Amino acid sequence: MSVLEQDSAGAPARASLLNDPKVRGLFYQFLLVSVLVATGYFIVTNTIANLERQNISSGFGFLETTAGFGIIQALVPYAETSSYGRAIYIGFLNTLLVAVIGIFLATIIGFVVGIARLSNNWIISQIAYWYVEFIRNVPLLLQIFFWYFAVLRAVPGKREKWSLFDTFHLNIAGLRGPKPIFEPGADIIGWVLVAGIIATFVVRRWAKKRQDETGQQFPVFWTALGLIIGLPVLAFLVMGMPITLEHPVFNDTGPRLRQGFELGVGINLIPEFLALTLALAIYTAAFIAEIVRAGIQAVSHGQTEASHALGLRNAPTLRLVIIPQAMRVIIPPLTSQYLNLTKNSSLAVAIAFPDLVSVGGTVLNQTGQAVEIIAIWMIVYLSLSLATSAFMNWYNQRMALVER
Amino acid sequence: MANAEIFHVRTEEAPTLPAPVSTTGVIGWMRKNLFSSIGNTLLTLVGVYIAYSIIMPFIQFAFIDAVWTGDDRQACLATEPGQHIGACWAYVEAYLPQFIYGRYPVEERYRVDIVYALFVLLLVPLLIPSVPRKGLNATLFLAVFPIITYFLLTGLVIGGTVILPIVETAVWGGLLVTLVIAVTGIVASLPIGIALALGRRSQMPIIKLVCVIFIEFWRGVPLITVLFMSSVMLPLFLPEGVTFDKLLRVLIGVTLFSSAYMAEVVRGGLQAIPKGQYEGAMALGLRFWPMMYLIVLPQALKLVIPGIVNTFIGLFKDTTLVLIVGMFDLLGQIQSSFSDPTWSTPSQGHTGYLFAAIVFFVFCFGMSRYSIFMERKLHTGHKR
Repeated sequence: MSVLEQDSAGAPARASLLNDPKVRGLFYQFLLVSVLVATGYFIVTNTIANLERQNISSGFGFLETTAGFGIIQALVPYAETSSYGRAIYIGFLNTLLVAVIGIFLATIIGFVVGIARLSNNWIISQIAYWYVEFIRNVPLLLQIFFWYFAVLRAVPGKREKWSLFDTFHLNIAGLRGPKPIFEPGADIIGWVLVAGIIATFVVRRWAKKRQDETGQQFPVFWTALGLIIGLPVLAFLVMGMPITLEHPVFNDTGPRLRQGFELGVGINLIPEFLALTLALAIYTAAFIAEIVRAGIQAVSHGQTEASHALGLRNAPTLRLVIIPQAMRVIIPPLTSQYLNLTKNSSLAVAIAFPDLVSVGGTVLNQTGQAVEIIAIWMIVYLSLSLATSAFMNWYNQRMALVER
Repeated sequence: MANAEIFHVRTEEAPTLPAPVSTTGVIGWMRKNLFSSIGNTLLTLVGVYIAYSIIMPFIQFAFIDAVWTGDDRQACLATEPGQHIGACWAYVEAYLPQFIYGRYPVEERYRVDIVYALFVLLLVPLLIPSVPRKGLNATLFLAVFPIITYFLLTGLVIGGTVILPIVETAVWGGLLVTLVIAVTGIVASLPIGIALALGRRSQMPIIKLVCVIFIEFWRGVPLITVLFMSSVMLPLFLPEGVTFDKLLRVLIGVTLFSSAYMAEVVRGGLQAIPKGQYEGAMALGLRFWPMMYLIVLPQALKLVIPGIVNTFIGLFKDTTLVLIVGMFDLLGQIQSSFSDPTWSTPSQGHTGYLFAAIVFFVFCFGMSRYSIFMERKLHTGHKR
C-alpha cells in the first residue's frame, strides 16, 4: 500500500492535460455555462427589443391598473373596478379552493375504491377495477367537458330545480345549499374547536408516553372525538346557538321571469366549479386507489399472521400493524398525486372557471404582459411543488425504517 | 389367518367422492366469492345494483336507442313526443374523416394513410419481443421514419418542382395531430431525457445543478402553462421576423415538458443498475461514453420500457390540452364539430364525448396492458 502511495507521490504519472478528468470536467462545465449565458443573453435582448416594438412596458406596474372585467366566483370581495393584482389573487384563491376540496373528495373516493379493489367480493372488486381502468385511461380534459357540457347542462333550467332532502337544489345555475350565518358569539366556537384539536395532540402524546412506561392504554380515539366534536357542540349550545342556516329561497309563483332562486340567499356553487372539482376528484381518485391497493399489498401477509399469533384481533391488527406500515408506502406517491391534482386544476381555463391560469390568461390578453403573467404562474406552481417535495423529504426522513 | 376372518381388509381403494356440490363449480365459486356471509351478500346486492344502474343506461344509450344511419340531424331527432334517442352514430360516421385527418385536403389524405401504415408496420415488430433485428428496426423507427413523415405530411418541393404539394399545419387535425404531438414528444424527449438523467448523476457540480433545476422546473409547472408559454412567449424570444409554425411551437413545449419526466424515468433505470456493472466497465478500460452506450444504457433502457410506455400514455392523454391554445387534436375536432348545425341534436354532445372516450380508452388501455406484459417479461429475466 505504502509503496504504491510513494510511487504515485514520487513520480506523478501525469498524462497529457487533455486527458486529466479534472481539467476536462472544468472545461465541460465552463462550456455549459457559456452556452447558457449566451442563450440567456440572446433571449433577453430579443425579448426587450420585441417588447419595445410592441410598446409594452415591462415590470409589474400593471398589477395596480383597474381590471375592468367581472369574475363569476370570488371568495373575497371583488368588483370590476378592482386591480389586476386583486383579480389574480382571486384566481389564486379559487385554485386553492378547487385543490383543497378536490383533494378531500379524491382521498375519500380513492381509499374506498382502493379497499374495494382488494375485497373478497368478486363483483365489488370488479367494479373497483373497471372504475380505475376506465377513469385512468380517458383524458382529464374530456372528463371535465363531459361533466360540464353533458351532465350539468342536462339539469333543469333556471326556473326549475332538482332537490335532495329539500336542502340541496340543483339547476343549470349550479348547486344551491344552506349558508351558515355567524352571529355574535360564533367565534368562540371556533376557538373552542382549535383548543380541542390542541388538547387532542397533548392527550395523544401523554397517552403514548404513559403506554411506553406502564403499558396501560388510554382510549385516545374517544377522547379525541369528545374534544374535537363534543366540546364545540357544547359551546354551540351554551352560547345559545349563534350559528343559523340561511336556506335558499325558491320562487315558483308569480310572473315567469321572477321565478327561480333569489340571488345572494344561501350558498351557490357554480357549474364550472362543480364540473372541475368533480372531474378532478374522480380522476385523481383512480390513481389514489391504485396507490392504496399497492400500499396495502406491500405489507406482507406474515405481518398479519404474526400479529394474530401475538393475540391481536382483526381490528387492532389493522390499526396497529397493517395501516402504519402501509401508510409508509402510500404517503409519498399520495402527496405527488395531490400535487398533480393542484396542477391539473389549471384545466379550469377550458371551461372558463376563474382559477389562477384562467384569470391570468384574461389579464394577459388585455395587457399583453406575457412575461410577467407567465412568471407569476410559474412562481406560484413551483413554490407549491417545492413545498410539497420539502414535506415529502421531511416525512420520508421521519418515517424511514430505523434499522438496527 | 384367523384375523382375516375378523377384520375386513380393503383390497382396493375406496372410490374418491366428488367434492361437495356447494364448493365446486359455479355454485361453489358464487358461495365463496359472492355470498360467503350476510355482509358479503349485502355487498353483492349493492354491487349488482351499481353495475346494473351503470351498464343498463349505457347499453340503452349506445345500442338500443342509437341511430346508426342517416344523412343529417333529422335522423337523430325524436319523431314522436316521449321517444328517447340514444347515441347518434350517424353523426360520428359522417364526421369520421374529419376526426382522423382534420381538414387535411381530401386528395392528399393518402399521404396521411401512408404515414399511419408505416407507423404500424415499424412499431408492431418493435413491440413484439421475439421479432429479431431490434437495432435496425429502432433506427428505422426513430431516425428514418420521422424524416419520411415530415416530408410526407408537410410536402416536398425540390428546386421549384412540386413533388408533394405543401399542406399547412393549420389544416391538420384530429387523430393526426394527437399522434404527431404524442409520438414526436416521446421520440424527441428520449435523447434529451437520457442526457438529463446522466447529467443529474454527474460528478460535475454545475452540470448536475443545471440538470436538476431544468428537471424540477418542468415537473413543477402544469402543462397548460407550458403550452401558453410556448405559444405566447417563444415568439418574444426570437429576433424580429423569425416566426415559428404554431404546431412546432407546441411540439417544442411538449418535448421540453416530457423530457423532464423522461429524465426521471431513465434515472430510475440507471439507479437500478448495480455498481459492479460500472466498475466492471471501468476495469475493462472503457471511458465514460463507451461505458454508457455499451454496458449501462442498454440494460437501463430495457428496464425502463414500462416507465416509458406509461409516460407515453400520460402524454397521449395530455395532448388534448392543445385545444386550449387553439389547435385541433381529436378532442378539439370533436368539440368544434358541435357547432355544425347540420348535426345539431340533443344527443350530439354525448355521442361525441362517448366516441372520444372510446378511442382514448382503446389506445391507453392497450398501451397499459402492453406495459404490464413487458414488466412481467422483464421481471422473469432478472429472477435469481
